[in-house]
Amino acid sequence: MDIGFLLNGEPVRIRPEPPTRTLLDWLRDARGLTGTKEGCNEGDCGACTVMVQDETGIRALNACILFLPQLDGKAVRTVEGLRADDGGMHPVQQAMVAHHGSQCGFCTPGFIASMAVSHANGQTDHADRLAGNLCRCTGYAPILRAAEAAETAPIPQWVTTDASSGQDSPGGGGGGSAPLLPETSDDLAELYAATPDATLIAGATDVGLWVTKQLRQLDPVIFLHKVRDLQEIEDWGDTLRIGAGVTIARLWPLMADLYPSFGELLRRYGSVQVREAATLGGNIANGSPIGDSPPPLIALGARLHLRRGDTRRDIALEEFFLDYGKQDRAPGEFVEAVTLPKRQPQMRCYKISKRFDQDISALCAAFNVTVENGQVTRVRTGFGGMAGIPKRAPAFEAALTGQDWSEDSVKAAAAALEEDFAPLSDMRASAQYRMAAAKNLALRYFHEIEGAETSVLKVQP
Amino acid sequence: MSVAKPLPHDAAGLHVTGAARYVDDIPTPRATLHLAFGLSTIAKGRITGMDLAEARALPGVVAVLTAQDLPFANDVSPSIHDEPLLSDGTIHYLGQPLFLVVAESHHTARRAARLGQIETEEETPLLTIEQALAADSRFEDGPRIYAKGDAATAIAGAPHLLKGSLTMGGQEHFYLEGQAALALPQDNGDMLVHSSTQHPTEIQHKVAEAIGRPMHAVRVETRRMGGGFGGKESQGNALAVACAVAAGLTGRPCKMRYDRDDDMIITGKRHDFRIDYEVGFDDTGRIRGVDFVQYARCGWAQDLSLPVADRAMLHADNAYLLDHARIESHRLKTNTQSATAYRGFGGPQGMLGIERVVDHIAHHLGLDPLEVRRVNYYHPPARTGPGTGQPYSGPQTGQGHRYAAPGPARAPQEDLASRGAASNVAPPRVPEPPKGAQTTPYGMEVTDFILHEITDRLAEQSDYTARRAKAAEWNAANPILKRGIALTPVKFGISFTLTHLNQAGALVHVYQDGSVHLNHGGTEMGQGLFQKVAQVAAARFGLAVDAIKITATDTAKVPNTSATAASSGSDLNGMAVKDACDKIRQRIAEHLSELHQQPVESVRFEDGRVHVGGETLSFAEAAQLTYEARISLSATGFYKTPDVAWDRIKGRGRPFFYFAYGAAVTECVIDTLTGENRILRTDILHDAGASLNPAIDIGQIEGGYVQGAGWLTMEELVWDDRGALRTHAPSTYKIPACPDTPDIFNVALWEGENPAETIYRSKAVGEPPFMLGMSAFFALSDAVAACGPKYPDLKAPATPEEILRAVARARG
Repeated sequence: MDIGFLLNGEPVRIRPEPPTRTLLDWLRDARGLTGTKEGCNEGDCGACTVMVQDETGIRALNACILFLPQLDGKAVRTVEGLRADDGGMHPVQQAMVAHHGSQCGFCTPGFIASMAVSHANGQTDHADRLAGNLCRCTGYAPILRAAEAAETAPIPQWVTTDASSGQDSPGGGGGGSAPLLPETSDDLAELYAATPDATLIAGATDVGLWVTKQLRQLDPVIFLHKVRDLQEIEDWGDTLRIGAGVTIARLWPLMADLYPSFGELLRRYGSVQVREAATLGGNIANGSPIGDSPPPLIALGARLHLRRGDTRRDIALEEFFLDYGKQDRAPGEFVEAVTLPKRQPQMRCYKISKRFDQDISALCAAFNVTVENGQVTRVRTGFGGMAGIPKRAPAFEAALTGQDWSEDSVKAAAAALEEDFAPLSDMRASAQYRMAAAKNLALRYFHEIEGAETSVLKVQP
Repeated sequence: MSVAKPLPHDAAGLHVTGAARYVDDIPTPRATLHLAFGLSTIAKGRITGMDLAEARALPGVVAVLTAQDLPFANDVSPSIHDEPLLSDGTIHYLGQPLFLVVAESHHTARRAARLGQIETEEETPLLTIEQALAADSRFEDGPRIYAKGDAATAIAGAPHLLKGSLTMGGQEHFYLEGQAALALPQDNGDMLVHSSTQHPTEIQHKVAEAIGRPMHAVRVETRRMGGGFGGKESQGNALAVACAVAAGLTGRPCKMRYDRDDDMIITGKRHDFRIDYEVGFDDTGRIRGVDFVQYARCGWAQDLSLPVADRAMLHADNAYLLDHARIESHRLKTNTQSATAYRGFGGPQGMLGIERVVDHIAHHLGLDPLEVRRVNYYHPPARTGPGTGQPYSGPQTGQGHRYAAPGPARAPQEDLASRGAASNVAPPRVPEPPKGAQTTPYGMEVTDFILHEITDRLAEQSDYTARRAKAAEWNAANPILKRGIALTPVKFGISFTLTHLNQAGALVHVYQDGSVHLNHGGTEMGQGLFQKVAQVAAARFGLAVDAIKITATDTAKVPNTSATAASSGSDLNGMAVKDACDKIRQRIAEHLSELHQQPVESVRFEDGRVHVGGETLSFAEAAQLTYEARISLSATGFYKTPDVAWDRIKGRGRPFFYFAYGAAVTECVIDTLTGENRILRTDILHDAGASLNPAIDIGQIEGGYVQGAGWLTMEELVWDDRGALRTHAPSTYKIPACPDTPDIFNVALWEGENPAETIYRSKAVGEPPFMLGMSAFFALSDAVAACGPKYPDLKAPATPEEILRAVARARG
């Protein structure tokens, strides 16, 4: 099937073959637009960042793990298309020159794209916005100065023009190995039940690497990004229902409001580029033991809603994860939504990694302890990176329940984590560290609830 | 004048618009083929069978080559010919190229590279320093030893004694642009190679060997790299050679670029080190004697490991006058990637050893480490000259020492332009320092030491003492989080230690319209070399810098170049360009002085004009007149660094023309529950001499600091026990990201000229600031020390995990 999108203001209509051809390859090989660079080919360096706009907003995405069908109906701007209205340099380009923001220049087009997106959106949390763009030369200081300097410059006109003319999608029929682009969850349910061996692709931040690194040829594939009813967020009073297709970027402000520590964890989830593509459903459904959303969701008692054909069911989230690489999901069944309670203010979650930003957790821990009259009455936890799946810690929970709420009882209960987990050693951390840090995070939880400062990120110079 | 101006990078406008071309961006002819290596999946053993039928059968594959298919040399080593392009049957590390796929597309080549069926006889690999030591697996016959005085006696007689051991990890370069090369066959089997390399002459040499042609048949062009950091001094050889060989065999252009994972798995990194130390000192912390044993893990091939390990020894003193010192260096051969050049080239590892000793002494004596640093500093230069009663012993400027006669004739294939040639070159006769001079452990007089002033100024500007007291107060009130602060100095030796590499060439043309074409042997990897050198050329002609055309490094324009390495780019090429410009300027001046009957000295080149007598011409008019008089407006330039002479076996002489200095104060905070940590504030005062371009130099300092801090904190290379590198992509290997830059980051240039006669009295600035990152490591150590009475014994990299371990050690 054909897809259509706007490239640097010009409409293009192409047949993506294979459907997992990445935007980056197509830009560089088919279009000769070599400004967008390949730095890592896995969405971790941001050198391939492009601006993508649709009716829901303007976002920075990694072109290296963005499949062409994902662009259908959108407007794409590469570094070559980022200009000021007079045809000269875009304000962020001017600022990067003026502030010596480029040295070798290879990461620069990606930075420019990210900065142009922030500029168009009026976002000024530059260090966070640029955490997904690696630079090895400058140490970032001049880039941050440039981003600040460009803040108040006018937004080029084409940003508005792109928004209004980017959605003309040619669409077209499927068939053969053509990509499948359902637009409702009913259609998806029918399609997937009929082709249960298909690979579902939402944001492609994980599946992208199956293609670029494992060199897998995926066929058939079903793209989920057009299924609008999977992207809904419903407020049911005490409960939130979050569609599986909601991106981490959309989830972040929501959680930052409800559960600030969850919000903080999502701020550090991947990078802007990854969060704008990755979905909550994908983060759960891929079954990774180190996905960052399951631990807090498990600690909150979230439920997972699954659908196969017309059959729906819901289960406690922790029950979805059966074993490493194995989930409670039948062929043709997909994750439709997650529901979670809105009022559990005592929940806290912590992500431990070598680098704060855009790093996969060595471990992730979430605690949700109810204390009544100085006594612990209820404990729910969620841990990632401590086992082959995201898990609760039943021994710890039992050891703490019924105890006085004190540092000593938390310390004593933390020892029970040894019964709950036998973590692995790998390149992110040793088993000993994972266990020691998990125990200490229980203490951090206690101190934080008691009002002590426990985060180095909050310390001011 | 164009020098000293903070002009932007010459390609900044191209960078920000995506118009700057790197090797992979060069439009290729339609028939271009793409290459990928099939890699070994074991770390040590022998190949017993290779079935490549499946790879060959993949549609789009044109050829699959093994070592037997190579027409000439199977060697990409920059030193002792121990690095085959494709395995000769022996497997030395996991990731070693075994076969080469030539295909119609990059993706097809990568896919086919995974289809080789390789049968092997696996052997137990040597992976660690300890395993290599136990097996006596090493480069060179035994350890190198440099010594001054009698360390053993001095240590034994000192009031205090400490022993310790420090391990430090390696470092992946993580240049954003991976290795890449493109070879285009020319007439008569000649080859044009575009290579992302810091060393075009090396590429030219290796390609010529591999295609069985003289060097004149190979032209290498490098316009820019997307970062180098030492990782493109020798590591690009394999790609360029593979492309040239495949292009020769197929008659079609061939391109190769590594996927990031392949790049990290195949290529060498910074050497990891273990340094054992023993030190004797007095109550003030003054070192009486120190003994270091340095163990460098060099990987499977020699590459540049000898000069790297030498430079580690040469920086075992850093900023400290050591009366009695002994440095023993072991270069260990392991079944891992062949460690290679990386910014600092061993210097950072050597320096970290002595900084650790100083920190340990301070902790033992309960002193502020800065006080211990000061009591051990070299002395400032004595006032010399008339009236001081002191003989002048400042920097030498050209006439001082005689060079030894050239060594014995060498086989023609010796790669003399490589730093790896260190083991092949006969040592020169080296000068002895004057009696009573303060010297380094290798006998070089230190005459330009300015760290006393830099330290005082920086401590004052950064409010070091008050902030140290405040951190202690804060720590007393905070049981979970702890702050630490440290000031560390850098003294870094500037010159190639292989003396003959300290030369450079340039080619300058002036056209009739007064525009100038500039070429020299240095390569641009982001450091701003091209702009700094263009500023020199503009200054010599009195022109604006935009009158100077910067052109790609090209082995056909300037031959026999040294690598752009050792921070030497501006020093060497700036001088060579000055020489070329001055020749042309002199010719113009002589002609105009004759025309106007004015003394030649009175001709001035300023503001785009040439002044002679009372007359003023535009530079273009002057060029036209000179051309019409049939006088050449083209010149080559040449420069060799004076006074350097070094015997690496004896460990004596003057390896460096001068030293570059700097100091940094870092404050950080740690979490004692998880080891999480971050840098809060950094203040830097760095000496770039009379800077050629302060904006570019500050960029080097900021970037160098962050890269150095990354090395010592979050950047961790992990191999498993099979020898597989587990951190082979940015998903697992973490370089600093934007939020890791210090919240407060003050960087200033020390105002002062280089006493040595360098280009406009500037100083080299590529590598020295990298080592300012040590202040982050010692700030972390200081924070950990606040947790308990014991010395934290912090290892590098100080990841959260390592910091948590150190907290436990400090608590005892």
